[in-house]
Amino acid sequence: MQVACFRVSCRQYLRPDGTLTASLPCDEYTPDFLKSLYRQMVLTRTFDHKAIALQRTGRLGTYASVLGQEAVGAGVASAMQAHDVLLPSFREHGAQLQRGVTIRELLLYWGGDERGSDFSGPRHDFPVCIPVGSQFPHAAGTALALRRADSGGVAVVIAGDGATSKGDFYEALNIAGVWNLPMLVVIANNQWAISVPRASQTRASTLAQKAIAAGIPGEQVDGNDVIAVHAATSEALASIRAGHGPRLIEALTYRLGDHTTVDDASRYREDEEVSRHWKEEPVARLRAYLTEHAGWSKDDEQALLGECETKVNLEAEAYLQTSPQPASSIFEYLYEALPSALDEQARAVAARQQRKNDGEG
Amino acid sequence: MAKVDLLGAINMALARALADDDKVILLGEDIGVNGGVFRATDGLLTRFGANRVLDTPIAECAIAGIAVGAAAQGLRPIAEIQFSGFIYPAIDQLLNHASRLRNRTRGRLTCPMTLRAPYGGGVHAPEHHSESPEALLAHMPGLRVVIPSSPVRAYGLLLAAIRDPDPVVFLEPKRLYRAFKEEVEDNGEAMTLDQPVTLRAGDSITIVTWGAMVKESLAAAAELEGNGISAEVIDLATLYPLNDQTICASVEKTGRCLIVHEAARTGGYGGEVAARVADKALTSLLAPVRRISGPDTIMPLPRMEHHYMPAVADIVQAATELVELT
Repeated sequence: MQVACFRVSCRQYLRPDGTLTASLPCDEYTPDFLKSLYRQMVLTRTFDHKAIALQRTGRLGTYASVLGQEAVGAGVASAMQAHDVLLPSFREHGAQLQRGVTIRELLLYWGGDERGSDFSGPRHDFPVCIPVGSQFPHAAGTALALRRADSGGVAVVIAGDGATSKGDFYEALNIAGVWNLPMLVVIANNQWAISVPRASQTRASTLAQKAIAAGIPGEQVDGNDVIAVHAATSEALASIRAGHGPRLIEALTYRLGDHTTVDDASRYREDEEVSRHWKEEPVARLRAYLTEHAGWSKDDEQALLGECETKVNLEAEAYLQTSPQPASSIFEYLYEALPSALDEQARAVAARQQRKNDGEG
Repeated sequence: MAKVDLLGAINMALARALADDDKVILLGEDIGVNGGVFRATDGLLTRFGANRVLDTPIAECAIAGIAVGAAAQGLRPIAEIQFSGFIYPAIDQLLNHASRLRNRTRGRLTCPMTLRAPYGGGVHAPEHHSESPEALLAHMPGLRVVIPSSPVRAYGLLLAAIRDPDPVVFLEPKRLYRAFKEEVEDNGEAMTLDQPVTLRAGDSITIVTWGAMVKESLAAAAELEGNGISAEVIDLATLYPLNDQTICASVEKTGRCLIVHEAARTGGYGGEVAARVADKALTSLLAPVRRISGPDTIMPLPRMEHHYMPAVADIVQAATELVELT
């Protein structure tokens, strides 16, 4: 007697060589729109290269590269509306850039300065979440607040494959299902959680099916196909906004770089595997499509690369020129008003700073 | 004016907060239809509806994390952890997120949430239901830890916690839930946080305490009075951040300090109080600072919990010894 059954599908429009597997899902994917997605991915990659270069030269802290996963951030965030709320993991610089966080702010954060999370752009978006998967419950809480505000907004949380092994993931997904919350979970399955491969995270054949256990639709998309990511996200958001409850998208991608700048992936994975995945990466894929179907030329490419480099370099320069925060700021944002119980400690830290300044003077 | 017990005062404060501010929501296990396992939320679902009073699945991490997310996006969530013994999965959210959100975003996002949990022994509850974890929670900059010890203070402190723009853990001494009644005026007036309360003035010894041990300490002070020893009793009310001025001023006056708490001694919050006294009032001391507390053991199951929990006689004896030293 069969009492339940489920199906998980995977969608792809662009093959790794840039040819189409199916006709594009709607008229939205005009050459201009696809070029804007391409520009966003190139900007993300340019930023990523710069961040690693800054780290290697001692001008940035430990940094988590997003190389190879640019289509996830660009595809998801470009399908969101301004009043949606993004809850990113620490590898979603692409989505954050698309949302309006500036390159200078991203560099400030990864350079070890809290002001990098005080975005000038999407003021209600969450800062990146470092403890893996602990932002899933925040997404459910955000969705609860958005529904109460009746704004039509959706909480969009992005985390990696490793995060689906955590209880936080299941607890939040489960409650979001019960409460029919406006929440979209995107799993950027880049196949590696530092050194632990996807196959060692779970025996489940897909991560999308974990949503089905919570009574929520889950689907896979080719996460290196920005059109598939964007289309799946758009459809999911429309369904959620229509009141049909939370959704999960598992975006299949690959982490081409190390986990972070202090990781050495050659300790746990073969070069051959990485080389193989370079043939499937998202930027070249869309470039091939644009070259074939939208007249994208070498000159266009050179102009875009130059534009992105100029922008990234200007923002990096602004980051490097940013003055440090005063010592007192470690107390300033602890509570709305500093409790008098902390006055003495605040004075001691300020006095130590003063002594140091005097010594230098 | 209504005469209510501590539980009734909490219910009254929650109802007041829900009525005053439509951003306030309640979430937790069994808080809706059932009105909470102790009935702290009794009647609130009927009065305020299922959009304001939310029964959650059994998921303490998510209860706390949802409160963080909702608070960051403009609501004033009041989450209930059914017993403090089940609070530990929520500590990740308190420590990594609730306490840090304002600081890590330089004030862009804030976390005005309250997390309530009954704590402590004395009601013959099952295993994992009687511990006193306040010291674990009072080590998280950015958070407040507040503990009431009477119906009046439960009402005023809970309203203060809910209205506070920062996260508050509100630990309720469940032994006092139905222990006694007081007249509590439902006037919507919050007490001041970060301010210990001197409940009884005295000259010979300062007793610093909180939660259920306030009742025991006041009973001990009454007994000591009969023996000619005048004890001052201070209820910390807000454990963290700790405003030590009231304590130190009192010890400067009395010259003696006895700290009473139910939690295990080593690493307990009494150590922090003792350190403050040593730092700021040492030269006033006529006797060593002493702690009356649970021993460094696992909280026993109900048949032996009386061996663990400090009693009035222990407080009287220790206070008498300290006074007789000099």
